[in-house]
Amino acid sequence: MARATPPSRAQRFYALARDWLIHSALPLLVFLASLAVWEGLVWVKSIPPYLLPAPSRIATTLIADWDTLSASLYVTLRITFAALFAAMFGGVGLAIVFTQWKWAERSFFPFAVILQVTPIVAIAPLLLVYLDSTLAVLTCAFLVAFFPILSNTALGLASADRHLVDLFQLYRASRWQQLIWLRLPAALPYFLGGLRIGGGLALIGAIVAEIAAGSAGQGAGLAFRIVESGYRLNIPRMFAALVLISITGILIFLFFTLLSHLLLGRWHESARKTES
Amino acid sequence: MTDAPLVQLKNIGKEFANGVVALEELNLTIHAGEFLSLLGPSGCGKSTALRLIADLSTPTQGQIEWHQGHDARQTLGFVFQDSTLMPWTSVYNNVWLPLRLAGVSRSQADYRIHEVLDLVGLRAFESAYPGELSGGMKMRASIARALIQRPQLLLMDEPFAALDEITRLKLNNDLLQLKAELAMTIVFVTHSVYESVYLSNRIAVFTSRPGRIVRLIDIDAPYPRDLSFRHSELYAKSCQDASEALQSAMSEQDHL
Repeated sequence: MARATPPSRAQRFYALARDWLIHSALPLLVFLASLAVWEGLVWVKSIPPYLLPAPSRIATTLIADWDTLSASLYVTLRITFAALFAAMFGGVGLAIVFTQWKWAERSFFPFAVILQVTPIVAIAPLLLVYLDSTLAVLTCAFLVAFFPILSNTALGLASADRHLVDLFQLYRASRWQQLIWLRLPAALPYFLGGLRIGGGLALIGAIVAEIAAGSAGQGAGLAFRIVESGYRLNIPRMFAALVLISITGILIFLFFTLLSHLLLGRWHESARKTES
Repeated sequence: MTDAPLVQLKNIGKEFANGVVALEELNLTIHAGEFLSLLGPSGCGKSTALRLIADLSTPTQGQIEWHQGHDARQTLGFVFQDSTLMPWTSVYNNVWLPLRLAGVSRSQADYRIHEVLDLVGLRAFESAYPGELSGGMKMRASIARALIQRPQLLLMDEPFAALDEITRLKLNNDLLQLKAELAMTIVFVTHSVYESVYLSNRIAVFTSRPGRIVRLIDIDAPYPRDLSFRHSELYAKSCQDASEALQSAMSEQDHL
């Protein structure tokens, strides 16, 4: 077996460069290449923009229509994050109630399941009957984001190390001490997993509900812009709105991934770097 | 060392909810200051006995009587087989836990925490997280946590079973030194004949299904013990005794 020697500076630089190439440069290159193919195809085949706009056309639309689009983006973002925050507090709160009082779990868990398994598109029109459109959209986004946070957190609270539970019992910890010092930290990785799923779902819920609501004027979010642009055959703007929705989704995902790494980096297996 | 009883297990029986009888008619007196090992095959109820003493589980029959007041019971230290540290926080906070749960603030506990970390040689690693420590160091942190309340009685449930041989021998010696310094009583569950002989004054050999004690073996070697004890005739003879007792306990079980 070859003796391990610490890598030289040049070797380390080479390894770093290779990592960067594989992890960042390569996916970026492939992405840019596919955009180029798209652009080229539109030019060569002279496809009209009302069928398929070129990426450059989408970009110029994004800039030209920025005032309208940014206002809609703000509406969608506000609803998504309001829903996500409500789902976060509601989900964690209910998960705590469920683990502290078993009868509460027995009584209310079925409701959570019913709300989760019923497609949101089917509930949205009904909510629009009872609530004003902004609140209805918010409720829809909340309902889809709520369940993964609730079930993941409840699972996490219930899966604290059996021996640590014994230890807390040995030191006569109260139920609340056990919750705060043991169950909540143990549930953190599960909660963050639920939050990552819930974050994506809140955006999807907001978009779906907006399409169902079809509200215009002040409360017009990105989904409404897509529907409206479709009616007007303004396909480049449709794509521009879609691009904004995608970017929002990606940013939400990246944010929660980063948050997980920051909070779990030092102790949880999911976030620790492999030793090699 | 005194011979005063610290805790007595009288006619203890333990039947689990699923009908498994873990212990039957178990009688055992733990004397103040002794190092008692509970030796037996896996599943013989020795860990259950330890959990009963720690009040983590209640016997279905018999009584556990505490002598010499309630101090020993209140400050009881317990070391689990795996180090059972909270992975999300530092060694310091892990060791602080028993005092923290009792309402002792960080500043009040600080001196004591450093004292026990010094005892187990982990002072330099107080801000490390458990995931950054080796198996042996995790076990040391776990022992430090058990020592923070100055226990009279330390219960250890196969603490070194998952460690490599060299680490285990080192920790055996360190444990004996700690016991001498702190004048504790230790009840030590193990399935290793050699470990039990090296460490103990007395070995209780268990048999399983239902778990009970088949033999008590005294090891009359003085402390401190070191390598010369491992090479002594008494050590060899005691190991042989304990092995035979274990063998016969297990063959008796086969006949059943």
